Amino acid sequence: MNSMTPVNPPPERAETDVIIIGAGPIGLFAVFELGLLDLKCHLVDILDRAGGQCTELYPEKPIYDIPGIPLVTGQELTDRLTQQIRPFGAQFHFGEMASALHRLEDGRWQLSTDAGTVLVAPVLVIAAGGGSFVPKRPPIAGIEDYEGKSVFYAVRRIEAMRDRDVLIAGGGDSALDWTLNLAPVARRLTLVHHRDGFRAAQHSVTRMRELVAEGKIDFHVASVKALHGAGGQLEAVTLAGADKKEWRHGANAFLPFFGLTIKLGPIAEFGLNLHENLIPVDTAKFQSSTPGIFAIGDINSYAGKLKLILSGFHEAALMAQAAFKICRPNEKLRFQYTTSSSSLQKKLGVA
Amino acid sequence: MKIIAIDRKGVEHTVEGTIGWTVMEALRDAGLPVAAECGGACACATCHVYVDEEWFGKLSPPSPEELDMLDMAVAVESNSRLSCQIRCDPALEGIKVTIAPE
Repeated sequence: MNSMTPVNPPPERAETDVIIIGAGPIGLFAVFELGLLDLKCHLVDILDRAGGQCTELYPEKPIYDIPGIPLVTGQELTDRLTQQIRPFGAQFHFGEMASALHRLEDGRWQLSTDAGTVLVAPVLVIAAGGGSFVPKRPPIAGIEDYEGKSVFYAVRRIEAMRDRDVLIAGGGDSALDWTLNLAPVARRLTLVHHRDGFRAAQHSVTRMRELVAEGKIDFHVASVKALHGAGGQLEAVTLAGADKKEWRHGANAFLPFFGLTIKLGPIAEFGLNLHENLIPVDTAKFQSSTPGIFAIGDINSYAGKLKLILSGFHEAALMAQAAFKICRPNEKLRFQYTTSSSSLQKKLGVA
Repeated sequence: MKIIAIDRKGVEHTVEGTIGWTVMEALRDAGLPVAAECGGACACATCHVYVDEEWFGKLSPPSPEELDMLDMAVAVESNSRLSCQIRCDPALEGIKVTIAPE
Protein backbone atom coordinates (compact mmCIF):
# COMPACT_ATOMS: atom_id res chain seq x y z
CA MET A 1 0.00 0.00 0.00
CA ASN A 2 2.98 2.29 -0.10
CA SER A 3 3.02 2.41 -3.87
CA MET A 4 0.88 4.62 -6.00
CA THR A 5 -2.00 2.96 -7.77
CA PRO A 6 -1.27 2.73 -11.47
CA VAL A 7 -3.82 3.97 -13.95
CA ASN A 8 -6.37 1.15 -14.14
CA PRO A 9 -6.72 -0.67 -17.45
CA PRO A 10 -10.21 -0.53 -18.96
CA PRO A 11 -12.72 -2.80 -17.23
CA GLU A 12 -12.58 -6.37 -18.41
CA ARG A 13 -15.30 -8.93 -18.99
CA ALA A 14 -14.29 -12.56 -19.12
CA GLU A 15 -15.96 -15.93 -19.16
CA THR A 16 -14.17 -18.83 -17.56
CA ASP A 17 -14.73 -22.13 -15.79
CA VAL A 18 -14.00 -21.10 -12.23
CA ILE A 19 -13.75 -17.76 -10.47
CA ILE A 20 -11.60 -17.88 -7.34
CA ILE A 21 -11.81 -15.11 -4.76
CA GLY A 22 -8.48 -14.99 -2.96
CA ALA A 23 -4.98 -15.67 -4.28
CA GLY A 24 -3.55 -16.99 -1.03
CA PRO A 25 -1.96 -20.44 -0.83
CA ILE A 26 -5.31 -22.21 -1.03
CA GLY A 27 -6.61 -20.20 -3.99
CA LEU A 28 -3.31 -20.86 -5.76
CA PHE A 29 -3.40 -24.59 -5.11
CA ALA A 30 -7.03 -24.68 -6.26
CA VAL A 31 -5.73 -23.51 -9.66
CA PHE A 32 -3.51 -26.60 -9.69
CA GLU A 33 -6.22 -29.10 -8.81
CA LEU A 34 -8.70 -27.48 -11.22
CA GLY A 35 -6.03 -27.23 -13.90
CA LEU A 36 -5.36 -30.98 -13.79
CA LEU A 37 -9.03 -31.34 -14.74
CA ASP A 38 -8.64 -28.80 -17.58
CA LEU A 39 -10.67 -26.15 -15.78
CA LYS A 40 -9.54 -22.57 -16.35
CA CYS A 41 -9.51 -20.02 -13.55
CA HIS A 42 -9.63 -16.30 -12.91
CA LEU A 43 -8.52 -15.13 -9.47
CA VAL A 44 -9.47 -11.88 -7.75
CA ASP A 45 -7.47 -10.53 -4.82
CA ILE A 46 -7.54 -7.17 -3.10
CA LEU A 47 -3.78 -7.30 -2.52
CA ASP A 48 -1.39 -6.39 -5.31
CA ARG A 49 0.31 -9.79 -5.36
CA ALA A 50 -0.26 -13.47 -4.63
CA GLY A 51 0.12 -15.09 -1.22
CA GLY A 52 -2.60 -13.58 0.95
CA GLN A 53 -1.75 -13.70 4.66
CA CYS A 54 1.44 -15.66 3.90
CA THR A 55 3.04 -12.74 2.08
CA GLU A 56 1.15 -9.87 3.69
CA LEU A 57 1.53 -10.88 7.34
CA TYR A 58 4.51 -13.20 7.59
CA PRO A 59 6.58 -13.37 4.37
CA GLU A 60 9.74 -14.16 6.33
CA LYS A 61 8.30 -16.34 9.08
CA PRO A 62 9.05 -20.04 8.86
CA ILE A 63 6.17 -22.48 8.42
CA TYR A 64 6.93 -25.99 9.67
CA ASP A 65 3.77 -27.98 8.92
CA ILE A 66 3.63 -28.20 5.15
CA PRO A 67 3.85 -31.94 4.39
CA GLY A 68 7.21 -32.86 2.88
CA ILE A 69 8.72 -29.41 3.36
CA PRO A 70 10.32 -29.22 6.83
CA LEU A 71 10.69 -25.43 6.70
CA VAL A 72 9.38 -22.86 4.28
CA THR A 73 8.66 -19.14 4.64
CA GLY A 74 5.34 -17.60 3.64
CA GLN A 75 7.02 -15.96 0.66
CA GLU A 76 8.77 -19.16 -0.46
CA LEU A 77 5.58 -21.17 -0.21
CA THR A 78 3.79 -18.58 -2.33
CA ASP A 79 6.62 -18.54 -4.87
CA ARG A 80 6.60 -22.33 -5.12
CA LEU A 81 2.83 -22.52 -5.53
CA THR A 82 3.02 -19.82 -8.20
CA GLN A 83 5.63 -21.88 -9.99
CA GLN A 84 3.57 -25.06 -9.59
CA ILE A 85 0.48 -23.54 -11.24
CA ARG A 86 2.30 -21.75 -14.04
CA PRO A 87 1.36 -24.41 -16.66
CA PHE A 88 -2.32 -23.64 -16.13
CA GLY A 89 -2.27 -19.98 -17.17
CA ALA A 90 -4.67 -18.64 -14.57
CA GLN A 91 -5.63 -14.97 -14.93
CA PHE A 92 -5.02 -12.79 -11.88
CA HIS A 93 -6.95 -9.64 -11.05
CA PHE A 94 -4.84 -8.07 -8.31
CA GLY A 95 -5.74 -4.96 -6.39
CA GLU A 96 -9.43 -5.61 -6.91
CA MET A 97 -12.12 -6.37 -4.36
CA ALA A 98 -14.85 -8.85 -5.23
CA SER A 99 -17.81 -6.59 -4.66
CA ALA A 100 -21.03 -8.02 -6.09
CA LEU A 101 -22.35 -11.42 -7.08
CA HIS A 102 -25.34 -12.19 -9.33
CA ARG A 103 -26.76 -15.39 -10.74
CA LEU A 104 -27.38 -15.15 -14.48
CA GLU A 105 -30.44 -16.68 -16.13
CA ASP A 106 -28.33 -19.51 -17.54
CA GLY A 107 -27.34 -20.44 -13.99
CA ARG A 108 -23.79 -19.11 -14.13
CA TRP A 109 -22.32 -16.68 -11.63
CA GLN A 110 -21.36 -13.13 -12.46
CA LEU A 111 -18.85 -11.56 -10.12
CA SER A 112 -18.03 -7.85 -10.33
CA THR A 113 -15.06 -6.17 -8.73
CA ASP A 114 -14.67 -2.62 -7.46
CA ALA A 115 -12.38 -1.97 -10.44
CA GLY A 116 -15.15 -2.79 -12.89
CA THR A 117 -13.96 -6.27 -13.90
CA VAL A 118 -16.85 -8.63 -14.63
CA LEU A 119 -16.24 -12.38 -14.52
CA VAL A 120 -18.74 -15.06 -15.50
CA ALA A 121 -18.39 -18.76 -14.65
CA PRO A 122 -20.47 -21.75 -13.63
CA VAL A 123 -18.41 -22.17 -10.45
CA LEU A 124 -17.32 -19.67 -7.80
CA VAL A 125 -14.72 -20.67 -5.23
CA ILE A 126 -14.27 -18.50 -2.16
CA ALA A 127 -10.75 -18.91 -0.80
CA ALA A 128 -10.69 -15.56 0.94
CA GLY A 129 -9.13 -16.56 4.27
CA GLY A 130 -10.35 -14.07 6.87
CA GLY A 131 -11.62 -11.69 4.20
CA SER A 132 -10.10 -8.62 2.59
CA PHE A 133 -7.01 -6.82 3.75
CA VAL A 134 -8.05 -3.22 4.37
CA PRO A 135 -6.19 -0.31 6.00
CA LYS A 136 -6.40 -0.14 9.78
CA ARG A 137 -8.60 2.72 10.90
CA PRO A 138 -7.35 4.52 14.02
CA PRO A 139 -9.96 4.53 16.80
CA ILE A 140 -10.62 8.28 16.68
CA ALA A 141 -14.21 9.44 17.18
CA GLY A 142 -15.90 10.56 13.96
CA ILE A 143 -12.98 9.70 11.65
CA GLU A 144 -15.42 8.11 9.15
CA ASP A 145 -16.85 11.56 8.34
CA TYR A 146 -13.47 12.74 7.07
CA GLU A 147 -12.46 9.64 5.11
CA GLY A 148 -11.95 10.28 1.41
CA LYS A 149 -12.19 14.05 1.93
CA SER A 150 -9.33 14.92 4.25
CA VAL A 151 -8.37 11.59 5.83
CA PHE A 152 -6.76 9.14 3.41
CA TYR A 153 -5.37 5.62 3.90
CA ALA A 154 -3.56 5.69 0.56
CA VAL A 155 -2.27 8.43 -1.66
CA ARG A 156 -3.48 8.03 -5.22
CA ARG A 157 -2.15 11.33 -6.56
CA ILE A 158 0.72 13.25 -5.00
CA GLU A 159 -0.71 16.47 -6.46
CA ALA A 160 -3.80 16.09 -4.27
CA MET A 161 -1.53 16.91 -1.31
CA ARG A 162 0.03 20.03 -2.85
CA ASP A 163 0.08 23.05 -0.53
CA ARG A 164 -1.85 21.22 2.17
CA ASP A 165 -0.89 20.97 5.82
CA VAL A 166 -0.29 17.23 5.89
CA LEU A 167 -0.18 15.12 9.03
CA ILE A 168 1.15 11.58 8.73
CA ALA A 169 0.84 9.02 11.54
CA GLY A 170 2.73 5.75 11.78
CA GLY A 171 6.22 4.31 11.94
CA GLY A 172 6.41 1.78 9.15
CA ASP A 173 7.61 2.00 5.56
CA SER A 174 4.37 3.52 4.26
CA ALA A 175 4.48 6.34 6.81
CA LEU A 176 8.15 7.08 6.14
CA ASP A 177 7.95 6.72 2.35
CA TRP A 178 5.04 9.14 2.15
CA THR A 179 6.71 11.54 4.55
CA LEU A 180 9.67 11.71 2.17
CA ASN A 181 7.53 11.82 -0.99
CA LEU A 182 5.12 14.47 0.20
CA ALA A 183 7.60 16.73 2.02
CA PRO A 184 8.45 18.72 -1.14
CA VAL A 185 4.79 19.07 -2.12
CA ALA A 186 2.98 19.80 1.13
CA ARG A 187 2.80 23.31 2.54
CA ARG A 188 3.86 21.85 5.87
CA LEU A 189 4.35 18.20 6.72
CA THR A 190 4.28 16.72 10.21
CA LEU A 191 4.99 13.10 11.12
CA VAL A 192 3.75 11.71 14.42
CA HIS A 193 4.56 8.31 15.91
CA HIS A 194 4.09 6.87 19.37
CA ARG A 195 7.84 6.36 19.89
CA ASP A 196 11.10 7.75 18.59
CA GLY A 197 11.88 4.54 16.76
CA PHE A 198 10.68 3.13 13.47
CA ARG A 199 10.26 -0.22 11.82
CA ALA A 200 10.85 1.37 8.42
CA ALA A 201 13.94 1.01 6.22
CA GLN A 202 16.93 2.66 7.88
CA HIS A 203 17.77 4.94 4.95
CA SER A 204 14.22 6.35 5.01
CA VAL A 205 14.48 7.03 8.74
CA THR A 206 17.86 8.71 8.25
CA ARG A 207 16.52 10.91 5.45
CA MET A 208 13.44 11.83 7.53
CA ARG A 209 15.68 12.89 10.42
CA GLU A 210 17.76 15.00 8.04
CA LEU A 211 14.63 16.80 6.84
CA VAL A 212 13.65 17.45 10.46
CA ALA A 213 17.15 18.79 11.22
CA GLU A 214 16.95 21.05 8.15
CA GLY A 215 13.65 22.41 9.45
CA LYS A 216 11.75 21.19 6.41
CA ILE A 217 9.35 18.87 8.25
CA ASP A 218 8.33 18.26 11.86
CA PHE A 219 8.36 15.05 13.84
CA HIS A 220 6.63 14.57 17.19
CA VAL A 221 6.45 11.56 19.47
CA ALA A 222 2.69 11.81 19.78
CA SER A 223 -0.59 10.25 18.79
CA VAL A 224 -3.75 11.72 17.33
CA LYS A 225 -6.56 11.87 19.88
CA ALA A 226 -9.25 13.93 18.14
CA LEU A 227 -10.11 15.50 14.81
CA HIS A 228 -11.59 18.97 14.41
CA GLY A 229 -13.35 20.29 11.33
CA ALA A 230 -16.68 20.44 9.59
CA GLY A 231 -18.29 18.79 6.60
CA GLY A 232 -15.48 16.26 6.29
CA GLN A 233 -12.85 18.99 5.97
CA LEU A 234 -10.21 18.66 8.63
CA GLU A 235 -8.93 21.86 10.22
CA ALA A 236 -6.93 20.64 13.19
CA VAL A 237 -6.21 17.62 15.35
CA THR A 238 -5.55 17.11 19.03
CA LEU A 239 -2.18 15.49 19.58
CA ALA A 240 -1.04 13.88 22.83
CA GLY A 241 2.63 13.48 23.61
CA ALA A 242 4.38 10.75 25.57
CA ASP A 243 3.77 12.79 28.75
CA LYS A 244 0.02 12.74 27.90
CA LYS A 245 0.08 16.51 27.44
CA GLU A 246 -2.33 17.49 24.67
CA TRP A 247 -2.12 20.27 22.09
CA ARG A 248 -3.90 21.41 18.98
CA HIS A 249 -2.15 21.06 15.64
CA GLY A 250 -3.41 22.62 12.41
CA ALA A 251 -3.77 20.12 9.54
CA ASN A 252 -6.10 19.79 6.57
CA ALA A 253 -4.98 16.36 5.42
CA PHE A 254 -4.39 13.37 7.71
CA LEU A 255 -2.77 10.16 6.46
CA PRO A 256 -2.79 7.32 9.02
CA PHE A 257 -0.50 4.42 8.02
CA PHE A 258 -0.96 1.53 10.45
CA GLY A 259 -0.82 -1.30 7.97
CA LEU A 260 -3.63 -3.61 7.02
CA THR A 261 -6.16 -5.64 8.89
CA ILE A 262 -8.63 -8.25 7.73
CA LYS A 263 -12.33 -7.51 7.30
CA LEU A 264 -14.76 -9.90 5.70
CA GLY A 265 -16.12 -7.25 3.33
CA PRO A 266 -18.74 -7.73 0.59
CA ILE A 267 -18.64 -11.54 0.82
CA ALA A 268 -20.92 -11.10 3.80
CA GLU A 269 -23.61 -9.95 1.35
CA PHE A 270 -23.35 -12.96 -0.96
CA GLY A 271 -26.17 -14.81 0.79
CA LEU A 272 -24.16 -17.78 2.00
CA ASN A 273 -25.70 -18.31 5.46
CA LEU A 274 -22.56 -17.12 7.20
CA HIS A 275 -21.98 -18.37 10.69
CA GLU A 276 -19.62 -16.13 12.71
CA ASN A 277 -18.16 -14.78 9.46
CA LEU A 278 -17.45 -18.29 8.17
CA ILE A 279 -19.12 -20.13 5.30
CA PRO A 280 -20.61 -23.49 6.31
CA VAL A 281 -19.75 -26.23 3.79
CA ASP A 282 -20.22 -29.97 3.37
CA THR A 283 -17.09 -32.08 3.70
CA ALA A 284 -17.51 -34.11 0.52
CA LYS A 285 -17.35 -31.18 -1.89
CA PHE A 286 -16.70 -28.13 0.30
CA GLN A 287 -19.74 -26.59 -1.32
CA SER A 288 -21.69 -23.85 0.46
CA SER A 289 -25.45 -23.90 0.95
CA THR A 290 -25.66 -22.48 -2.59
CA PRO A 291 -24.88 -25.05 -5.32
CA GLY A 292 -22.01 -23.89 -7.52
CA ILE A 293 -20.41 -21.81 -4.77
CA PHE A 294 -17.59 -23.48 -2.87
CA ALA A 295 -15.57 -22.26 0.10
CA ILE A 296 -12.10 -23.58 0.92
CA GLY A 297 -9.39 -22.63 3.40
CA ASP A 298 -9.75 -20.49 6.51
CA ILE A 299 -13.08 -19.00 5.41
CA ASN A 300 -15.12 -22.20 5.62
CA SER A 301 -16.46 -24.07 8.59
CA TYR A 302 -17.45 -27.69 9.19
CA ALA A 303 -17.28 -30.14 12.06
CA GLY A 304 -13.64 -30.68 12.94
CA LYS A 305 -12.33 -27.80 10.83
CA LEU A 306 -8.70 -26.88 11.43
CA LYS A 307 -7.42 -23.60 10.03
CA LEU A 308 -4.28 -25.09 8.54
CA ILE A 309 -2.85 -24.57 5.08
CA LEU A 310 -2.70 -28.33 4.60
CA SER A 311 -6.44 -28.64 5.31
CA GLY A 312 -7.11 -26.06 2.63
CA PHE A 313 -5.07 -28.05 0.11
CA HIS A 314 -7.21 -31.13 0.74
CA GLU A 315 -10.38 -29.06 0.46
CA ALA A 316 -9.19 -27.66 -2.89
CA ALA A 317 -8.68 -31.17 -4.29
CA LEU A 318 -12.17 -32.34 -3.36
CA MET A 319 -13.75 -29.10 -4.50
CA ALA A 320 -12.13 -29.52 -7.93
CA GLN A 321 -13.80 -32.90 -8.45
CA ALA A 322 -17.22 -31.40 -7.70
CA ALA A 323 -16.51 -28.28 -9.77
CA PHE A 324 -15.70 -30.48 -12.77
CA LYS A 325 -19.13 -32.09 -12.66
CA ILE A 326 -20.75 -28.63 -12.77
CA CYS A 327 -18.49 -27.24 -15.50
CA ARG A 328 -18.46 -30.36 -17.68
CA PRO A 329 -21.79 -32.10 -16.97
CA ASN A 330 -21.52 -34.35 -20.03
CA GLU A 331 -17.97 -35.51 -19.48
CA LYS A 332 -16.75 -38.40 -17.39
CA LEU A 333 -14.18 -37.60 -14.77
CA ARG A 334 -11.39 -40.15 -14.53
CA PHE A 335 -9.26 -40.09 -11.45
CA GLN A 336 -5.54 -40.05 -12.28
CA TYR A 337 -2.20 -39.69 -10.54
CA THR A 338 0.42 -37.16 -11.64
CA THR A 339 3.09 -39.85 -11.14
CA SER A 340 1.62 -42.22 -13.71
CA SER A 341 -0.71 -40.31 -16.02
CA SER A 342 0.95 -39.13 -19.20
CA SER A 343 -2.02 -36.86 -19.90
CA LEU A 344 -1.58 -35.08 -16.56
CA GLN A 345 2.16 -34.87 -17.16
CA LYS A 346 1.49 -33.24 -20.53
CA LYS A 347 -0.67 -30.62 -18.83
CA LEU A 348 2.15 -29.98 -16.40
CA GLY A 349 4.59 -29.66 -19.28
CA VAL A 350 6.85 -32.45 -18.01
CA ALA A 351 5.94 -35.29 -20.39
CA MET B 1 -3.21 -19.02 36.33
CA LYS B 2 -5.83 -16.29 36.43
CA ILE B 3 -5.87 -13.48 33.89
CA ILE B 4 -8.21 -10.53 34.34
CA ALA B 5 -9.21 -9.24 30.92
CA ILE B 6 -11.29 -6.14 30.24
CA ASP B 7 -13.06 -6.21 26.89
CA ARG B 8 -13.78 -3.24 24.62
CA LYS B 9 -17.08 -2.58 26.36
CA GLY B 10 -15.32 -2.33 29.72
CA VAL B 11 -16.63 -5.69 30.94
CA GLU B 12 -14.21 -7.61 33.15
CA HIS B 13 -13.61 -11.32 32.47
CA THR B 14 -11.59 -13.84 34.46
CA VAL B 15 -9.76 -16.14 32.09
CA GLU B 16 -7.67 -19.22 32.82
CA GLY B 17 -4.18 -19.07 31.34
CA THR B 18 -2.01 -22.14 30.88
CA ILE B 19 1.55 -21.81 32.14
CA GLY B 20 3.91 -21.62 29.19
CA TRP B 21 1.15 -20.61 26.76
CA THR B 22 0.58 -17.02 25.76
CA VAL B 23 -1.95 -14.56 27.14
CA MET B 24 -3.29 -14.13 23.56
CA GLU B 25 -4.11 -17.84 23.43
CA ALA B 26 -5.93 -17.63 26.76
CA LEU B 27 -7.97 -14.61 25.62
CA ARG B 28 -8.77 -16.16 22.25
CA ASP B 29 -9.72 -19.54 23.72
CA ALA B 30 -12.03 -17.77 26.14
CA GLY B 31 -13.84 -16.26 23.16
CA LEU B 32 -12.66 -12.72 23.81
CA PRO B 33 -12.34 -10.51 20.72
CA VAL B 34 -8.63 -10.59 19.99
CA ALA B 35 -8.33 -11.09 16.23
CA ALA B 36 -4.79 -12.53 16.42
CA GLU B 37 -4.83 -12.62 12.65
CA CYS B 38 -1.33 -14.04 12.31
CA GLY B 39 -1.95 -16.76 14.88
CA GLY B 40 0.69 -15.60 17.34
CA ALA B 41 3.64 -15.02 15.02
CA CYS B 42 4.20 -11.42 16.19
CA ALA B 43 3.25 -10.35 12.68
CA CYS B 44 -0.01 -8.44 12.82
CA ALA B 45 -0.51 -6.43 16.06
CA THR B 46 -4.17 -7.46 16.31
CA CYS B 47 -3.72 -8.93 19.81
CA HIS B 48 -2.73 -5.54 21.24
CA VAL B 49 -3.50 -5.08 24.96
CA TYR B 50 -2.82 -2.52 27.66
CA VAL B 51 -1.17 -4.10 30.67
CA ASP B 52 -2.11 -2.75 34.09
CA GLU B 53 0.75 -0.72 35.57
CA GLU B 54 1.12 -3.14 38.49
CA TRP B 55 2.02 -5.94 36.05
CA PHE B 56 3.65 -4.03 33.22
CA GLY B 57 7.03 -3.80 34.95
CA LYS B 58 7.06 -7.52 35.73
CA LEU B 59 7.01 -8.49 32.07
CA SER B 60 10.15 -9.28 30.20
CA PRO B 61 10.84 -6.27 27.98
CA PRO B 62 9.48 -6.37 24.44
CA SER B 63 11.76 -7.76 21.74
CA PRO B 64 12.78 -5.44 18.90
CA GLU B 65 10.38 -7.51 16.78
CA GLU B 66 7.47 -6.73 19.11
CA LEU B 67 8.36 -3.03 19.22
CA ASP B 68 8.39 -2.99 15.45
CA MET B 69 5.03 -4.70 15.31
CA LEU B 70 3.54 -2.28 17.83
CA ASP B 71 4.29 0.40 15.23
CA MET B 72 1.49 -1.18 13.23
CA ALA B 73 -0.98 -1.06 16.11
CA VAL B 74 -3.38 1.85 16.55
CA ALA B 75 -3.81 3.72 19.85
CA VAL B 76 -0.48 2.61 21.31
CA GLU B 77 0.12 3.73 24.91
CA SER B 78 3.10 3.48 27.21
CA ASN B 79 1.71 0.21 28.63
CA SER B 80 0.94 -1.38 25.26
CA ARG B 81 2.05 -4.96 24.59
CA LEU B 82 1.16 -7.71 22.14
CA SER B 83 -0.56 -10.43 24.13
CA CYS B 84 0.95 -13.13 21.89
CA GLN B 85 4.34 -12.13 23.30
CA ILE B 86 3.35 -12.44 26.98
CA ARG B 87 3.89 -15.96 28.25
CA CYS B 88 1.79 -17.15 31.18
CA ASP B 89 4.01 -17.54 34.22
CA PRO B 90 3.21 -18.07 37.92
CA ALA B 91 4.85 -14.69 38.62
CA LEU B 92 2.10 -13.06 36.57
CA GLU B 93 -0.80 -14.61 38.54
CA GLY B 94 -3.77 -12.26 38.29
CA ILE B 95 -2.31 -10.11 35.51
CA LYS B 96 -4.80 -7.50 34.35
CA VAL B 97 -5.00 -6.56 30.67
CA THR B 98 -7.36 -4.38 28.67
CA ILE B 99 -8.05 -5.30 25.05
CA ALA B 100 -7.06 -2.34 22.86
CA PRO B 101 -9.46 -0.86 20.33
CA GLU B 102 -9.62 -2.41 16.86
